Amino acid sequence: MSFIKRPKFDLPGQKLNEIGLALRDYEGTMSTLCAGCGHDSITAALIQALWEMSIAPEQLIKLSGIGCSSKTPAYFVHGAHGFNSVHGRMPSVATGALAGNRDLIGIGVSGDGDSLSIGFGQFGHVIRRNVNMLYLIENNGVYALTKGQFSASADAGSTSKKGEVNQMHNINAVATAISMGASFVGRSFSGDREQLVPMLKAAIAHPGCAVVDVISPCVTFNNHEGSTKSYTYTREHKMRVTETDLIPVRSEITASYYAGDTYPVRLHDGSTILLRKVDPDYDPTRRNNALGFLERYRHRGEIVTGLLFIDQNVPDMHVQSRTVDTPLKALGFDRLNPGSEVLAKLQQGMK
Amino acid sequence: MRELPASGAHYRACFKLTMKRTDTSNPEYFHKVVDCQWGCPAHTDVPEYIRLIAQGRFDDAYMVNRESNIFPGILGRVCDRPCEPACRRGRMDEKPVAICRLKRVAADHRGDITDRLPLIPPEKNGKKVALIGAGCASLAVANDLMPLGYEVTIFEAQSVAGGLMRFNIPAFRLPIEVLNEEIAYIVDMGVEVHYNHRIESMSQLLEQGFDAIFVGSGAPRGKELKLPGRYDSENVHIGIDWLESVAFGHIDAVGENVLIIGVGNTAMDCCRTSLRLGAKNVKVMARKPREFFKASVWELEDAEEENVEIVVNRSPKEFVVEDGKLKGMLFELMEYTIENGRIQDQDVIGEEFVPCDDVVVAIGQENAFPWIERDLGIEFNPWEEPVVDKVTFESRRKGVLFGGAAAFGPKNIIWAVEHGHQAAISIHRHCQGESLTDRLPVTLNLSSRKMGLHEWSYSNSFDPVARRKMMHVPLATRFSELGKEVELGFDAELAAQEVERCLNCDIQTVFTDSLCIECDACLDICPTQCLTITSNGDKEDLVKRLKAPVVEHEQPLFVSDELKQTSRVMVKDENFCIHCGLCAERCPTAAWDMQKSLLNFPQAIDYVDGNKSGEHPCQKRKAG
Ligand SMILES: Cc1cc2nc3c(=O)[nH]c(=O)nc-3n(C[C@H](O)[C@H](O)[C@H](O)COP(=O)(O)OP(=O)(O)OC[C@H]3O[C@@H](n4cnc5c(N)ncnc54)[C@H](O)[C@@H]3O)c2cc1C
Ligand SMILES: Cc1ncc(C[n+]2csc(CCOP(=O)(O)OP(=O)(O)O)c2C)c(N)n1
Ligand code: SF4
Ligand code: SF4
Ligand code: SF4
Ligand SMILES: [Mg+2]
Repeated sequence: MSFIKRPKFDLPGQKLNEIGLALRDYEGTMSTLCAGCGHDSITAALIQALWEMSIAPEQLIKLSGIGCSSKTPAYFVHGAHGFNSVHGRMPSVATGALAGNRDLIGIGVSGDGDSLSIGFGQFGHVIRRNVNMLYLIENNGVYALTKGQFSASADAGSTSKKGEVNQMHNINAVATAISMGASFVGRSFSGDREQLVPMLKAAIAHPGCAVVDVISPCVTFNNHEGSTKSYTYTREHKMRVTETDLIPVRSEITASYYAGDTYPVRLHDGSTILLRKVDPDYDPTRRNNALGFLERYRHRGEIVTGLLFIDQNVPDMHVQSRTVDTPLKALGFDRLNPGSEVLAKLQQGMK
Repeated sequence: MRELPASGAHYRACFKLTMKRTDTSNPEYFHKVVDCQWGCPAHTDVPEYIRLIAQGRFDDAYMVNRESNIFPGILGRVCDRPCEPACRRGRMDEKPVAICRLKRVAADHRGDITDRLPLIPPEKNGKKVALIGAGCASLAVANDLMPLGYEVTIFEAQSVAGGLMRFNIPAFRLPIEVLNEEIAYIVDMGVEVHYNHRIESMSQLLEQGFDAIFVGSGAPRGKELKLPGRYDSENVHIGIDWLESVAFGHIDAVGENVLIIGVGNTAMDCCRTSLRLGAKNVKVMARKPREFFKASVWELEDAEEENVEIVVNRSPKEFVVEDGKLKGMLFELMEYTIENGRIQDQDVIGEEFVPCDDVVVAIGQENAFPWIERDLGIEFNPWEEPVVDKVTFESRRKGVLFGGAAAFGPKNIIWAVEHGHQAAISIHRHCQGESLTDRLPVTLNLSSRKMGLHEWSYSNSFDPVARRKMMHVPLATRFSELGKEVELGFDAELAAQEVERCLNCDIQTVFTDSLCIECDACLDICPTQCLTITSNGDKEDLVKRLKAPVVEHEQPLFVSDELKQTSRVMVKDENFCIHCGLCAERCPTAAWDMQKSLLNFPQAIDYVDGNKSGEHPCQKRKAG
């Protein structure tokens, strides 16, 4: 919260992206979240990623449910489309929007409560359907908007601000997503912009449902000792297993990129996600390897980060459903509504 | 395989490739951030007085000014304003805050402040000081020494006080009443002034038993233009002498066609004065192209507004006089080769005769001391300039000091005033038998401006309004009287808008390293991207990693200690900080705070022991 407007300037030396926009053109309204909230930091990383990718604001649709995290679409790219839906229902709204207009770039922002409690069912199905979008979970281990109750992602044994111990086993968002058949799964930390920005870029470029779980400390309700989602705890326990980079369509990939354990994942649009394995034991292309690794390290209390799983060959919703290539909005009234005779004929055929 | 911190303390300790924490307790750091105060020779606390104006506290604004520059009404009109080109707003917005005009607002709207002037002790301290000349430098010395109980005597060659401020700066820029009032504040402290008393011999003055002598006699000699015909006509004048004759009413007319030679500020006053004495056609003849002019931009603008023609690339060659009557002047037409803003080569490509009735030569002035005997221990260099210490202002003879134009040649009023403050300290130290070079340090006092979660006791929002324009008396009526002031001053509305342009650069962002949890909130909110958290390194390397490119390398750079969680450092490039306080509002741990930096620049009064316990009358602020 602030009483003053954040002023905007054209500063000397300011850089513009390929479509002539400055970083600050990707901002939204002033955030009303608590000072120091991890969610704000993720918003800033998104702004950076979208600006670097030169995405036109009108090409973007932002969707969310309910929660502090779900408020954040208001804070980036004010020129984009947006829909702030009901608690846990962002995936169905996103599915509808992207079914209707397949040319849109979809960004769904959710919370651990929004996705792993009330919206758990929807979460699973949007992954199965492989809706082409970035599915972002801003994970703080609590229902922050309703004042800090444990969420389903809170680790067993971690404590609330008042000292109460969480008894229940947690739901691991990334492991769940991988086992649901996700095509792209990553995990990062709001306080690690260097890792987060390239991961978000890769996720946006990925042609399918890209789930990115970002540990995002809630400074107000979950940043104390005893929390396993605080700034300090996360910094002390996180480890990188892979590093990501997105190479845009036009760029040439030189041999030096292939050095060591690096390999490229070519996307349909011609761009490339470069993956570098930091941990040689980790294989982000094999589901059972990834799941086993994650479970082992969860047991040790370590937070595995990086691009954890990728399979660019899973067909997305439009391929699965054999929809038309043209976005529905561009089809024209005649094709969208061929008339009652055609309908009658269709119904006849179903008798 | 746990991650290493972004850069390990061990690694750096081995290679010493890092920057040390910026020492913000050194007053110079925050002083430099206040660009205007850094630019002002007398270190006027500009943002503080601008805020006071915004609150309608004109008396307080006037007194804050007076503390350092002693002539707010005068300087609010004619200061050379080195603060304005320095102003941060000029880097954001092209045009700086109209600092000088706002000073005038404080002076114009103040009430009676006489009861807030320094108290003069009725008991004298038994020390006598003589000041030569009643110009601004001497007046500043008197202003600082009278409250300490000194008996101050001024010897002034003319019949009135003020020096060049009175005889040379025309009344249409600086009205006599303004001058009289502010000079009277000082003279009325009980200074003994001997008017019409030119000092003709220093050795005689030295015999009169003064404990110290200050030479504030200015630079009274106008430079000559020794060309054929110079002394063949009475219509060739030396600028500063001519302006003085006009000021004293000895000259009240000039020919219809006037040429001014030179293009400095004196030339601007000469051409505009000519118009008021009946000239119809005034040309300022400049030897070089416009980018090499010495005059301030605003003085050039004001002259051109009055239809003075400025002619470039004309080098004077000869005064053309026939039968004792000035006909005009012959000029060489110049052509210059300019590279990177410098003249590489020049050629004469022709000649031109320009007819005229009068010529005023305004090509500079110099100091001259025919009345100081050369065997008194007061040393002069081969150019006949006195040898004066740049810090103490003492000459090579103990107890004899120089200040203002007499010390280092002509400059401007505000420099002369600052010389006066420094010389007063030296005189006091000399009279108390203390070392002159042993001077008090500048001190810094920081105090938070936080009022609530998002509330600050200053107007922190950025106002995009452009610099307000000064209203002028219409050309049609401007020349009716010689002394009609041209600038009308800011009215309430203009002042209210202009004050909001100030960026409050004295409300500093103060960082407490140990509180930062590296959440990045401040970095993300900063509207000008001046904050970065990154691994430490040497300056060259660190600067490459800042969020926004460094464009002003002279601006201060803040580097914190290693932060607790990742051993990285917080870096701030002060250049574009608009002091909006958003970083401090967004910081969850109050690692950033907005604090007023009150700098105390010691003056003579600070050397009086009693003053520390508040016993001594003093108009200086001790807390922000
Ligand atoms: C035309 C003109 C316009 C200017 N405009 C500006 C301006 O707009 N803004 C600005 O900041 N500056 C301006 N200046 C410069 C400014 O006036 C001087 O820098 C300033 O006045 C210097 O102050 P001073 O006290 O050193 O000397 P002065 O003001 O020259 O005072 C010296 C005094 O000493 C007296 N004196 C000299 N010799 C003796 C002696 N032997 N015995 C007794 N008395 C003596 C003189 O009569 C005079 O009163 C201008 C200068 C000129 C010439
Ligand atoms: C249907 C419905 N049930 C319950 C709520 C109350 N509610 C609002 S936000 C929230 C939890 C949000 O948690 P999360 O998604 O983790 O977001 P955070 O605030 O932590 O970012 C709940 C339970 C609601 N708004 N709607
Ligand atoms: S309550 Fe927690 S999650 Fe919500 S805005 Fe505040 S810090 Fe962020
Ligand atoms: S006050 Fe803080 S947020 Fe505002 S410009 Fe300066 S550093 Fe940035
Ligand atoms: S907002 Fe405060 S705690 Fe967060 S990075 Fe900035 S200074 Fe550190
Ligand atoms: Mg949550």
